Amino acid sequence: MTKTITDVICPFCGTLCDDIEVTVSDDGKKILEVFNACAIGNEKFHHAMAKDRPVRPRMQQADGTYKEVSYDEAVEYTAQMLANAKKPLMYGWSSTNCEAQSIGHEIAEAVGAVVDNTAAVCHGTTLIAVQDVGIPSCTLGEIKNRADRILFWGCNPAHAHPRHMSRYSIFPRGFFTGKGSQSRKLIVVDPRHSDTSKLADVYYQVEQGRDYELLQAFRTALKGEWLPDVVAGIPKERIYEGAELMKSGRFGIIFFGMGVTQTLGKNHNIDAAISLTKDLNEYTKFSIMPMRGHYNVTGSGEVLAWQFGFPYSVDLSRGYARYNPGDTSSIDLLIRGEVDSVFTIASDPGAHFPISAVKRIASLPSVAVDPHITPTTEVSKLHVPVAFVGIEVGGNAYRMDNVPIDTRKVVDPPEGVLTDEQFLERVLIRVKELKGVKA
Amino acid sequence: MTEFLIKNGFVFDPTLKIKGDVADVAIKNGKIVETDAVKKPKVIDASGKTVMAGGLEIHAHIAGPKVNVGRIYRPEDKLFNATAGLKATPTHMNTRMEGGFSIPTTYKTGYNYARLGYTTAMEAAMPPLFARHVHEEMRDTPIIDEGAYPVFGNNWFVLEYIKNREINNTAAYIAWLLEATKGFAIKSVNPGGTEAWGWGLNCLQVTDPVPYFDVTPQEITTGLIEANELLGLPHSLHIHGNNLGNPGNYTTTLDTLKAAEGHKAKNKFHREQVLHHTHIQFHSYGGDKWANFESKARPIMDYVNKHKNITVDVGFVTLDETTTMTADGPFEHHLTELNHLKWANVDVELETAAGVVPYVYSPDIFVCGVQWAIGLEIALLSKDPMRCFITTDHPNAGPFTRYPRILKWLMSQKARDEQIKAFKNSDKVVNGSEIASFDRELTLYEVAAMTRAGPAKALGLSHMYGGLKPGLDADVAVYNFNPEKENSPDEIEKAFSTVQYLFKTGEKIIKDGEIVSNGNKRTLWVHAKVEENPQVMRDIEEKFVKYYTVTKGNYEVHGKHFIPNPLAIEVDAT
Repeated sequence: MTKTITDVICPFCGTLCDDIEVTVSDDGKKILEVFNACAIGNEKFHHAMAKDRPVRPRMQQADGTYKEVSYDEAVEYTAQMLANAKKPLMYGWSSTNCEAQSIGHEIAEAVGAVVDNTAAVCHGTTLIAVQDVGIPSCTLGEIKNRADRILFWGCNPAHAHPRHMSRYSIFPRGFFTGKGSQSRKLIVVDPRHSDTSKLADVYYQVEQGRDYELLQAFRTALKGEWLPDVVAGIPKERIYEGAELMKSGRFGIIFFGMGVTQTLGKNHNIDAAISLTKDLNEYTKFSIMPMRGHYNVTGSGEVLAWQFGFPYSVDLSRGYARYNPGDTSSIDLLIRGEVDSVFTIASDPGAHFPISAVKRIASLPSVAVDPHITPTTEVSKLHVPVAFVGIEVGGNAYRMDNVPIDTRKVVDPPEGVLTDEQFLERVLIRVKELKGVKA
Repeated sequence: MTEFLIKNGFVFDPTLKIKGDVADVAIKNGKIVETDAVKKPKVIDASGKTVMAGGLEIHAHIAGPKVNVGRIYRPEDKLFNATAGLKATPTHMNTRMEGGFSIPTTYKTGYNYARLGYTTAMEAAMPPLFARHVHEEMRDTPIIDEGAYPVFGNNWFVLEYIKNREINNTAAYIAWLLEATKGFAIKSVNPGGTEAWGWGLNCLQVTDPVPYFDVTPQEITTGLIEANELLGLPHSLHIHGNNLGNPGNYTTTLDTLKAAEGHKAKNKFHREQVLHHTHIQFHSYGGDKWANFESKARPIMDYVNKHKNITVDVGFVTLDETTTMTADGPFEHHLTELNHLKWANVDVELETAAGVVPYVYSPDIFVCGVQWAIGLEIALLSKDPMRCFITTDHPNAGPFTRYPRILKWLMSQKARDEQIKAFKNSDKVVNGSEIASFDRELTLYEVAAMTRAGPAKALGLSHMYGGLKPGLDADVAVYNFNPEKENSPDEIEKAFSTVQYLFKTGEKIIKDGEIVSNGNKRTLWVHAKVEENPQVMRDIEEKFVKYYTVTKGNYEVHGKHFIPNPLAIEVDAT
């Protein structure tokens, strides 16, 4: 008899869908079917069943080949590497649970590491903007129940957050939005046509890199002030129309993504977008929300903040917490050669960092903790495979709107494979021994 | 467990009616015991020092989403106040890094309460949907016992049931939610107004109807009082009334307090009040604009003094740069329009909202000076210190770490006069308030009532906390303060800034001002048993299917990783 587990949380993107149903085999070891998930989420669950999945730590040899080692040896290598480093980098944390993050932070505190998460290459700029001008936001249920004006700016949820539009933003029939998508106007701003822009009631094909101008033009238009004939490739009449459309709603929201956070202007774009949102609150109710990528990058920022006071790029090397992106951020530290070992967990900088930073990782003592084989594991000296959080072990995660949802275990991990928490706990004990920290 | 005998201290304890007599306090198995019940105790010499029960915080924002928004968006709050943790002091006690002033990290929060001699604190506003977040932060706040108040005053279930006058259903829903979120009491913030904020609106008066739901703040407050007494919860309804922070709002506050009239406390916890009005300083304003802003502490406290079924806490303004945060969403928007500092807001589906704005209570601004005066007037006008408690609504009126400074102002007229003189607009502050005419100086016995015995009784926890009676938890603070000596104002502040010794449930936490143990913190929550209520369970199922964005199965807080050491207070309302 198979059994079906309900209320399963999908550990892929920041949408953190929690209505997945998974059918598992009688012995509870095999995932047979996954319901309700999008194509990406479905694939993630099934990937845990892959036959060629590594189940023991692998140490890279001088000739580039790999030798299987025990978890004991992996713990020892990792602890020695961290304890002996002057300034280790502990990067990632976005695809694991908050409990593992907590243990990792204690290790980092004991060895004086820099702790950084994937906001470094995504919404770190958003966080900087929030520190400048604040952020009026809401939970996704408010969008579902109230919103009649939806803006997607520099993001493409149709592909990156596939169930976002059906669960929260466009299609659901909420309490005050009984007609679903018919009760909403969708505005999309993107230099590229996308599957999201195809759905838009109003689409602005902004000139690439001109988001800042267009955002400020909307702010100007809200006040009915003068605009040049064309801003960022958009005729001024359309900007006035757009401003009017936003003002005339009862409840509006701007969702934004990498298209504005990591293009020309970076945090300044987000400053402008948040200021536009704040201005709109003079006329109606408006919110703004970053489309966070990894399913628990938000959680990493939360845990770092309540433990150290800062959401990413936290430098603990002086014994107390410092935060100064550009100075304490991973890519900058790597490129400047300021860290002497690299511990990566639950992320893939090898695929996303500039090549000069990746080369640096390859040249240093390095450990990558990840269930998959990734570009990062292939440049690291030691690869420690672990159980999939949200599939083989539970634990807390934070959705893109900061709502905490406790992920669930649906199957056992392959025999002998440790979870992130178990591995980190053992490293912590060893690090404390090496550092002489009183237990 | 080790036995302790704290010898020869000046003991202040309203539960035993000891007003500074020299006495001994004995500790065994985590409890206070008779002094002859300990056999081979470790002796603490407290001669010439002040001994009190551990302090109790009845209202502070110390854990959860809006506190963390404050931490995330105010890196400047950590400037020059970080202290080292494991790496710098490896052989020392296992204490973690600390940082932050108005919104300290969780570790610093726990350590700082302990340093002040506090052993229990209540998180004042938990958005139910974010309960896990609140519990994770409380788990990482060492030493102190904590509980959290879920917010109900703008919850759609509550609005609908109360509109239909279904108090039984309201109570059943509350019992369900307390269990689902592991909450401690019923909190109501700007009842109705925060739901109106979903549309950018507000309810400023208690008769303003809530948009769509068509129920008034007055009806919500009355309904929640009735539900609370129907359940017999340890704490009463804990309210932050409408119209906070506006000139002339004291009439709204009196209207809010009137909801308690005719209601009597029904519970097994010896609680007598049916309504606790929090940070009443923010609700005691006269005038009709900022220019003629003035204190109305007297009419408010006249009313409170006369009505024994009401308790209040003050929310003293400490004249610091701080971070305001409240579930009163529309107020924070109002505040950012006023001071133009960065505004964060979160509206929470079906439940509540929250806003965060930094604020500088400048001694150069006359309104801030009057706010400072109002807080002190409220405490000094109180006729019953068992019903008026010391808080700063941390961090809203100032950080809790300023409690010693508040004691200085309350215990010394000289200290108040010095501060009045230091205001840039001292004439206007004196004209707008009565503070300059007050000569009352609180005694340590009254302080013990306002910070220990009183809050414990109001929370329905007098069977555990708030005193030194044998049988109570051994939460004991020893301050290096000799009440028989002439003490200057600054000596008062210094003595109460760091305890010499602190015991939490019998364990020594602080020795000579240094933290020596992370203690064994507990999370308090209330488990209220009610009759099965199929209608409410059906309504809950329906709201989760149709309107929430999480499933019911993923809403309830379970598991050791959230609450490693729970302490459930049992209530039987069947």
